Order: sequence, then C-alpha cells, then structure tokens
Amino acid sequence: MKLRANLIIGGALFALAIVVGLLAPWLAHTDPVLDANLMNAEEPPSWTWWFGTDGQGRDIYSRVVYGARISLTVGIVSQLINSVIGVGLGLSAGYWGGWWDDVVNGLTNLMLAIPSLIFALAIMAVLGPGLTSLLIALGLTNWSFTCRIARASALSLKSQGYVQAATVLGYGDLRIMITQLLPNMLGPIIVIGTLGMGSAVLSEAALSFLGLGVRPPFPSWGSMLSEARDQITTAPWLSVFPGLAIFLTVLGLNLLGDGLRDILDPQSRSRRS
Amino acid sequence: MTGAPLIEVEDLRIDLDNGSGKVPAAEGVSFRIDRGETFGLVGESGCGKSISALALIGLLRQPLSIGAGAIRFDGREIQGLSAAEQRALRGNRIAMIFQEPMTALNPVSPVGRQIAEMFVLHKGKSWREANQLAVEALASVRVSAPERRVKDYPHQLSGGMRQRVMIAIALACGPDLLIADEPTTALDVTVQAEIIELMRNLCAERGTAILMISHDLGLVANVCRRVAVMYAGRIVEERGSADIFRAPSHPYTQGLVASLPRLGSRAALGRNRLKEIAGVVPAITNFPDGCRFNPRCTQATDICRTVAPTADFLEAGGLVRCHHHA
Repeated sequence: MKLRANLIIGGALFALAIVVGLLAPWLAHTDPVLDANLMNAEEPPSWTWWFGTDGQGRDIYSRVVYGARISLTVGIVSQLINSVIGVGLGLSAGYWGGWWDDVVNGLTNLMLAIPSLIFALAIMAVLGPGLTSLLIALGLTNWSFTCRIARASALSLKSQGYVQAATVLGYGDLRIMITQLLPNMLGPIIVIGTLGMGSAVLSEAALSFLGLGVRPPFPSWGSMLSEARDQITTAPWLSVFPGLAIFLTVLGLNLLGDGLRDILDPQSRSRRS
Repeated sequence: MTGAPLIEVEDLRIDLDNGSGKVPAAEGVSFRIDRGETFGLVGESGCGKSISALALIGLLRQPLSIGAGAIRFDGREIQGLSAAEQRALRGNRIAMIFQEPMTALNPVSPVGRQIAEMFVLHKGKSWREANQLAVEALASVRVSAPERRVKDYPHQLSGGMRQRVMIAIALACGPDLLIADEPTTALDVTVQAEIIELMRNLCAERGTAILMISHDLGLVANVCRRVAVMYAGRIVEERGSADIFRAPSHPYTQGLVASLPRLGSRAALGRNRLKEIAGVVPAITNFPDGCRFNPRCTQATDICRTVAPTADFLEAGGLVRCHHHA
C-alpha cells in the first residue's frame, strides 16, 4: 500500500488544530483575555512565553490556542452551510434544467458579481456583530463556486449511462440525485469545501478586523493578525504565530481534501489495494 | 387479462423537433408482444428502433415526443399514466438493459447495493432483506462467489460480468417485459453467446417477454420468435424469425439477408464479394416520397416513388410494406 502522504499530513494538521481547539483550557498557559500584565508587555518568544506576548502582556501562545476555537468553528460551520446550499442548488439546477436552472444561474452570477465580503458585511450590518451572525453571513455568501461545480458535474453526469439506466429502472428524481449524482461529484465538492474552509478562516479575520466579527479582547487568529499589524516591525511574533496557525490549518485542509478525493474515487482505491 | 397482448403499439409516430419544425423520426410503428414472447426489432443506426423502445417506457425527452398513436401495456395506455405511475412500471414491470455495460453501472456504488436498491425501490424491502436478495440475484446470473462479488465496484468486473450484473438488476423485480437494447454489442463474441443464452434462459424460466433491439439480424433471429425490420422510421417487414431468413419478402430484408457473411461460402462458391445494399440511408429531414427504400431498391417502379406502401398481411403470417413483395 502506497503511503498517502497528503492525506496523513493534511489529516494530522487539521486534527491537530481541532484537538488544540477542543483542549484549549488545558493547553493554554494563561487565560487569553484576563491575564494581561503590562509588566510583561511585548516580550519576545522565550521559554516562559513560547510565542511571546503582546502590547498588553497577554500570552500569544494561549491566545493562539484559544483562537483555534473561533477560527475553526467559523471555517467549518460556514463552509458546511455553503456546501449544502451550493450542492442543493447546483445539483438540482443541473439535473432539472429549465426555468429553475435559469433562476439558480442568475443567483450564482449575482453572488459572483458582488464581492462576497461586501455581501457578508451587509448581512452583518443587519444582524449585528457576533459569532452567530458571522456564521450566517459567511455561510450565505460563499456558495457560488460550489454551486457552479455541482451544476457542471450534474450536467455532465446526467448523460452518463448509469444515470439514464437509473431513470429506466424507475428511480425518482430525488433518488437519482442522491444515489447517482451526488456520490459521483463528491470529489470536487470536497476539494472546494476544504479550500472554502480556508478562505472562511481568512474572511473571519477580515470581518473581525472591521469590528464586525469576533470582537476584541476575545482572540481569533484573524483578529490577532489585525491587531498585530502596527507592530509588525517591532514585535513580529505577534503576527507570525497567528499567521502560522492559519497557514498550517489551511495547508492541512487542502492536503486533506486532496487525499480524501483520492480515497473517494474507487478507481484509485483499487489501484492502491 | 388473458388474451390481451402484454404490450401493444399502435400506429406510433415519434416527432423530432429540429428547431424549425417537427419531423417524424418514426411513424406508423405497430407491433404487439404477448406474455413471455420474444420479439426483435432490427434496423440500421438511426432507423428509429431505440427511440421506439424509449417511447415504450415513457422516456422520450425533448427534442423527441410522441406525435400520434398509442402504446398499451397490459391493456393500459402508457401516455395516460401519471409520472409516478410510469415510474412504478419502470424497473418493476418493464426493465431495460443497455448496450454499454461499462457505463450503465454507477461507478461509486458496489454492485450488490445497486441490485438491492431495486428491491428497496419497487418491492418495499428493508435494506437487510434486499442485500440478501441481491446475493441470490447475483447467483442467478451465474456469478461465482456472489456473497463476495456484491461488495465489488463495477470497475473491478469484466465487461461480461457487468452485463450479468445489469441483467440481475433488470430482472430483480421479475418484470413482465425486458427491453434489451443492443445488449451484447460491446462484448466479445464468446461472452456475447453466454450472455444471450443466460438472458434467454432466465426470461424463459420467469415468463418474461423480451423486446430485443439490434442491428444484428442473425443474433435477433437466434433469440426471438418474431422479428420486425425497421427502415427509415418505418417497420418494413414483420415475420417469424425462421421465415425471415428463408424467404425475406421486402427488398430491404432480402438485401440484409444476402449481405450476411456465411461461414464456408468461399470454399463452396469461390472468392465472392460480400453483397451490399447500394446507396445510403436517407437523412431524417429528407425522407423520399412514397416507399422510403425506393432510391436504393432494385425493384422500384413509379408507384414506389409516389405512394407509401401499406402493410400487407402475408399468408404465412407476418406483414410486409412493399408494393412488389414476393
């Protein structure tokens, strides 16, 4: 059996991020919000302060550990919402065609035309700041690529022999979509989904920076990056460690998506065995 | 419903909407198939045989539509049924197998599951029962070690195996009619013979009627009791399959039979050029007036070029559509 390096490394990085998020209270050295102490302000990384401290003397390591919770929640949940919306609309539009296809296409083009961050901003402005509205805003604005992919896959899959065979064998539309089309388009959907999780983590950062997402003093990787912006020359560790966390998580997600796609394709599965 | 044919097609016309108007892709198609009977539909590519079969199961899609005529299955008109009622027929009472066993199975689903789904869908079985029945179904199409094979994915099976699986799926619910559209075209000749034999035996055991569609006259005559030959959207001759070889009536059928290569003919008759029918099939938008075969027919006269021949019933049984039939 060939070693699937991308799957193992990607899975390990993503799992690490999740474990860190789950075990944050035990892994963190200090409370990420309350343990501010100006005596320790802007300490560079050392044995006491692994990732250094910020201008208010808070432990960056602890804040990065706690930040995993918010960043991952936003990334996973909002991308799940996106995937469900995108696949639901794209799959049905591609399969049914007709006026429904036109409607979905119009909506998708609309979403692609408006920068999704601006759209998310508008939704946030209506719902008010906070984690829940952040999830809703990001979950409703980034489904267009998934939708496009799902629609294109459905279009090409529906002329496949087995889909037509299913029609002939008396499968209903819904059953065809779920048992015949969906499993066959899962590969690209998962890859898009993992990429989307990465970009959702980044969008969260942007919205938090604008004061609409997670508000200080609560830590998310994005907001930490934003706060560190001014001190990037004097205290680079403030931006390096949250940035590294984002980088590794997104890298892990992409590798994982790649590895999953290989697994979900039964042809490559048999080549392995 | 004794006496009534299983399926009865009456004067069916199928229209092709080519953007500027409707042209008939097939017309005047009539035939009937009794319970347990084997019926063959032979013709060249594009002669309308496959779309006639699709019309039978109510699956014509734009740009094709039924223009006129009636299709009755078990005495009930197919067009009169709701979409849900048609769906309940498909796969349950009318099943179909395709020419491409490579692509007719879902690549991401184990074959056992695909068989089992038929029982769940049409017979309301639980998945547990259905999986058990799937093993039996696979055994019935002579797949060895079926309890292991059910877990295989289509790409792990050979072409012949996949066609066996297709037959298992098609016959899972014990349909009354099996439509076989070029079921063995993609297979080796030896495998082809096995598959045909298997299909014929299973259907005979279960009293399933077969509608076999093919361009291979020999194959169809071998499997079916009666054969209809289609040309350019019309049935030109319908006969018992033994008769059609012995004494083809329509010039087109005569041409087909004459053009079959025969084993040993070179030894007996010397080096001979294989017979052919001169000319090409007319385009669907440009069918000739009168008998559609007239431009290629050696016996054509003036009447053939103006008047479409009606169906003449032959004394020996069967019918032919030709002004000069033998």
